[in-house]
Amino acid sequence: MTTTNKRGFAQEVWDFFCSLKLSIFLLIGLALVSIIGTVIQQGPQREYLATLSETKIRLYSALGFFDMYHSWWFILLLYLLTLNLICCSIKRLPRVWKVVSEPVLVMDDNFEKSLPNVKDLKLKGSKDELKSRMEAFLRSEFAAPVVTEKDGEYHLFAQKSPWCRLGVYVVHLSIIVIFIGALIGSFAGYKAYTNIPEGGAVSQVQTQSGKMIPLGFEVRCEKFTVSYYDTGAPKEFKSILTVMENGKPVPGFQSRPIIVNDPLTYKGITFYQSSFGQSDEGSLYHLTVRDRKGGAPVKLNARQGERIALPGGAFLSVMEATMDVRPFMRGFDGPGAQVEFTPAGGNPQPFVILSDKYESFNAQHGGDLLITFDGMDQKFYTGLQVAHDPGVWVVWFGCFLMVVGICMAFFMSHKRVWARVTDSGVTLGGSASKNPAGFEICFDDLVEKVGKA
Amino acid sequence: MSSSMLFNVTMVIYMVSTCIFFAFLASRAKAVGLAGTYAALFGFLVQTAAIGLRWKESYEQGHGHAPLSNLFESVVFFSWTIVLIFLIIDFKYRYRAIGFFVIPFALFGMAWAQLGLDSGIEPLVPALQSNWLMYHVITCFLGYAAFAVACGISIMYLIRESIEKGGGNVQAGGLLSMFPSIKILDDLNYKAIMIGFPLLSLGIITGAAWANYAWGTYWSWDPKETWSLIVWFVYAAFLHARITRGWVGRRAAILSVIGFAATIFCYLGVNLFLSGLHSYGK
Repeated sequence: MTTTNKRGFAQEVWDFFCSLKLSIFLLIGLALVSIIGTVIQQGPQREYLATLSETKIRLYSALGFFDMYHSWWFILLLYLLTLNLICCSIKRLPRVWKVVSEPVLVMDDNFEKSLPNVKDLKLKGSKDELKSRMEAFLRSEFAAPVVTEKDGEYHLFAQKSPWCRLGVYVVHLSIIVIFIGALIGSFAGYKAYTNIPEGGAVSQVQTQSGKMIPLGFEVRCEKFTVSYYDTGAPKEFKSILTVMENGKPVPGFQSRPIIVNDPLTYKGITFYQSSFGQSDEGSLYHLTVRDRKGGAPVKLNARQGERIALPGGAFLSVMEATMDVRPFMRGFDGPGAQVEFTPAGGNPQPFVILSDKYESFNAQHGGDLLITFDGMDQKFYTGLQVAHDPGVWVVWFGCFLMVVGICMAFFMSHKRVWARVTDSGVTLGGSASKNPAGFEICFDDLVEKVGKA
Repeated sequence: MSSSMLFNVTMVIYMVSTCIFFAFLASRAKAVGLAGTYAALFGFLVQTAAIGLRWKESYEQGHGHAPLSNLFESVVFFSWTIVLIFLIIDFKYRYRAIGFFVIPFALFGMAWAQLGLDSGIEPLVPALQSNWLMYHVITCFLGYAAFAVACGISIMYLIRESIEKGGGNVQAGGLLSMFPSIKILDDLNYKAIMIGFPLLSLGIITGAAWANYAWGTYWSWDPKETWSLIVWFVYAAFLHARITRGWVGRRAAILSVIGFAATIFCYLGVNLFLSGLHSYGK
């Protein structure tokens, strides 16, 4: 008694997980709950939280709404869907497999009645003659037939693309493959971020959770450039990167340009152009110094804060500089620098120098010297997104399977034709798994050709 | 001749086509229905030329790109794909009355684009400079368009079914007599979704491939991605519902209308109301 009850219960659980109603419920349920995560900000910013009441924040975090797609109940729904599609497939696959692997070879009366397309043809000739004629006909017009002799009649069976019936299971499998790929990625992969100043190099990157991950090699940023359209919209962000191992550039990975939509991959780790910024370190400033009494101008280069010697025993250091002074000085434009000038034997004097366009402005300072600021080599840092995902090819394989499976399931049809040959003629029967109207035309066409043959 | 002029012509032709389809429902004359289809075809050809011309114009401005990059261009392309899918189904199954329920979607798109959206040709920002843009946009919008056609057909289904249930005599005449039978409408709804679902799946896959290629994450639960998945779930539910007997006909039609509402929200609502990666709506 108890055993049957247990069996009954197990059977019920099995039926529950096999049911299509559960599939529909889960699909619609997932669609509905997914909306929550698009309305409530995920991994919320402080400003967003400030707009919510205390109770809402407590409720949302208790329900996991702030990281909804990783909450236990959302993941549970996904697992249930997976379990459901596995059970459904296990339950239905053997039946479908039987249709594919053990086709009905003989069209008896009962089976004939179940077919949507049947036609009796009176044809002259003996049974054996008709059999070989039909065999040749089906082979050339449809597909190679299997011949069975039963009760003094010949039965021919031919079919086209029987395996397309498996399409829906290929789609189910593809979803499982994609999930496996995603799991591999989440356990064995990482997403990280790094900033590299021009001329600098990194050998480790930081993940979103703040963990440092060593790369096993070095990436150097040779140069970063940004260009704009006339409209002011950005046109291109470009980093020139070099991969170094043991202090030497790796052949083939030297001075590689990386732009948005064209990343660099080395040893399974990919670097994506993501952001940039101005780096103060390492900028080189250009100055021209001329004696007011005459003489050739002298060109000088300075780094930030560096004390450089001027002709006549004075010193100068550049404190900060910009390529455009417009935001800081009304009525002026072009490059400008804040400098500290120390005359020979005197005290440091801070002042601003501009380009040679403003000679009289520059002439206000500098004693015997006329100092002009010519500009600078602006240094940028490049912001790179770094990703390592060993599961991604599994995901792509799953996507490929899905496309193949969908094409099999939606656009292909399992077409079957039977012919029963007796002394009085031939009976043709046919059916297709999809597009019955289309198959009817194909079947009528076959019947007409047999009549003529 | 500029593309903008041709887009105006397109809009007028779609309006004419809608009127002819209405006249067809009223007059029940086969020739009128055919005229409606040919008007739609003519509008489609003019729109194709206009899109081609706009493409050429972008090259003349020195930053040539396929006209698929901003909200104006996407609305115009959406309208084009709706008419394309409609014409395919119309020429295959010849149920002309469907035109009255589908062409207005295309007309509405063109009217909104021409009257309400900024039609300037902008150069492509770095994130959009990729061939994936074409693969992704074309597959997505063909899918959306098939769902639009399925929605039009489902609305016909719901109208016809409610009148039949209410005891209205369909055979006696009136607009309804030109509607295909509810069995055929149910089947056409399924067929349109059978075109749309694979295209949407491809659209999501090409989007994921692009995202992975551009910044190393094929799926990041961005609102747009999530909504595309929501739409996918709804139509997956629809396809599974076909197998169980309780979920055909009326329920399937309602699911198809809900699916299209979700599609429109995925396309426009996400850009207009939520923040995320697809920011062309701003």
